[in-house]
Amino acid sequence: MFPFSLGEVSRVCLTSCSKTYCAMEKSKALFTGLKCRECGRLYPAVAIHVCEFCFGPLEVDYDYPAIKKLITREKILSRPRTMWRFKELLPIEGEPTVGAQVGCTPLVKADRLAKALGVRECFVKNDTVNYPTLSFKDRVVSVALSRARELGFTTVACASTGNLANSVAANAASAGLKSYVLIPADLEQGKVLGSLVFGTNVVAIHGAYDQVNRLCSEIAGKYGWAFVNVNIRPYYAEGSKSMGYEIVEQLGWKLPRHIVACMASGSLLTKLHKSFNEMVKVGLVDPSEFHIHGAQATGCSPISQAFKANTDIIKPVAHPKTIAKSLAIGTPADGFYAIKSMRETGGSCEDVTDPEIVEGIQLLASCEGIFAETAGGVTVASTKKLVAAGKIPRNESVVLCITGHGLKTQEAIAGHCGQPRLINARLSEFDEKIYQADNKK
Amino acid sequence: MPIKVRIPTPLRKLTKEQEVVELDSCATIAEMLEALEKNFPGIKERICDEKGEVRRFINVYLNDEDIRFLKNRETGIKAGDEVSIVPAIAGG
Repeated sequence: MFPFSLGEVSRVCLTSCSKTYCAMEKSKALFTGLKCRECGRLYPAVAIHVCEFCFGPLEVDYDYPAIKKLITREKILSRPRTMWRFKELLPIEGEPTVGAQVGCTPLVKADRLAKALGVRECFVKNDTVNYPTLSFKDRVVSVALSRARELGFTTVACASTGNLANSVAANAASAGLKSYVLIPADLEQGKVLGSLVFGTNVVAIHGAYDQVNRLCSEIAGKYGWAFVNVNIRPYYAEGSKSMGYEIVEQLGWKLPRHIVACMASGSLLTKLHKSFNEMVKVGLVDPSEFHIHGAQATGCSPISQAFKANTDIIKPVAHPKTIAKSLAIGTPADGFYAIKSMRETGGSCEDVTDPEIVEGIQLLASCEGIFAETAGGVTVASTKKLVAAGKIPRNESVVLCITGHGLKTQEAIAGHCGQPRLINARLSEFDEKIYQADNKK
Repeated sequence: MPIKVRIPTPLRKLTKEQEVVELDSCATIAEMLEALEKNFPGIKERICDEKGEVRRFINVYLNDEDIRFLKNRETGIKAGDEVSIVPAIAGG
C-alpha cells in the first residue's frame, strides 16, 4: 500500500534506517504508516516528518475500523489512570517504555473562575501537575520517546521554548537515553535549570526560537538522532490528543461545548480537534456541537492576526516580544491548520498583552489555587476577552487548557504580587501590624 | 564567487545526495530557482507550487534571513551568499 517497496525504505528515510527498517517490518500496530496531510501520499512509519513531494506535514494513518472494534469505554476505565489508557489511538506499536505514568491530570470544576469570567460553567484541565515536569509536553514526549525507542534510536533531541526541553531531559534521563536540548539563550532561569538538572546536554542558541528550530531542522537527520519535534514529529504531536480524550472522559463522555487552548505552533489546538473527531469516529462519544478557540500573546500572535484578518496566510513574526516565551514562535508550523480548526468548529481567536497575561495568571491563582505559567495566563485572559465579546456565550460551558506550571516562569509575575510584610517574632507586632491593620474599620 | 544553496534531505535524491550545491552568480532568488532547475531537473516543481510561488510548507533563507522578511522571490543575491531551503513543518 505504500508507494515504495520495502527495499526502498532507506531512500525515503531521513535518518540512518537500518534500525527503523527492522521496526517497521515487525509492525503490528493499529496505524498503517504515515500520510501527507496535503497530497495524501503514503509513507512507511519511520522517522520522517515531511512529504518528499510537497513538503506537507506527515500524519499517522490509523486503522480506525480496527480500533473501533477493540476500544470501549469499559476497557479504558479498567486501565491505570494515565494517558496510555487511550493507547489504541496513540502511535506506538507495543506498550509505552517512556513516560508510562504521564497524564490523567485533574479536570477542575472552576466555579469561582466561571463567576469571574462571567460564564455559566468553567472547567480547568490542569496540566500544571502533569508528571514528571509539570507541563502538557510530558504527553508528547512520552509518545515521541517510546516511538523513538521502537525505531531504535539511542539519542533524542528537541528544539524548545523550555517546557519541551524539561520534558525531553527528564524522560530521557529516566529511560537511559542520551539527550540534547536546544533552546533560545534568553529563556527563564526555571526552564534552563529544569533541563540542566537532569544531566542533559543543553545548547543555548543566540536568537529566537525560530532560529533554534531552523538549526534543528538542518541537523535533524545528520547525526542519526531522534529530534522529537522534527523527524519524530508525526508521532510526537499525536501525544497532545490525550489531553482531549481525558477531557471527554472527565466530562462524563461528552464533548466540551467550548474549549480554549493557547497556541505557539498551533499543534495542540489541532490535535484537540482531531481527538474529538476520533472519539466520535470510534464510537466512544456521541457527536455534538463543539467550538475550539485559540489564544496567543499579542507580542507574538501570527495565528491570531491571520484569523482576525480572515486569511489563512500567516505573516511570520521576526522578533517576538512577549513574556509568554513558551508561546513565542514567530513561524508557527501548524498555524494554517489551527486556523482551519477554529473556523471549522465555529471557534474564534484572541490575543492578549503582557499586563493582561499577568492578570490572567493572578485570576486563575486567586480563584482556583492553580499557579499557571505565562501560557496559562494567555489562555485565561483570552477567555475573558472571548466571553466579553460574546464569542463564548455567557450561558454556556467552557474548558480552559492550562498547559504549564507557574514556578517555571516566576520572573513574569515578580513585582506584580506584592511583598511579604516583615515583622519581628513578637506577638505584639503581629497584633498591631498584621491583625489590627487588617481589621481596621 | 558562486553562491551556495543548502538542500534539505527530501530533495537530495535530485542533487545526487549533495547537501550543498554551488551555482554561478544569480541576481535574485527567482533566478536561483531557475538555475537549480537547469542543473537538477524536477527540483523547481518540488519547491514551488503551480503558480511559481515557494510552497507554503517550505522556508527559504538568504544567509540568516527568511526571504518573506525581504522581497520574497525578488530578493537580491550577491556572490558568496548562502541560501538555505528548509522544511517549514517542525517545532512547537
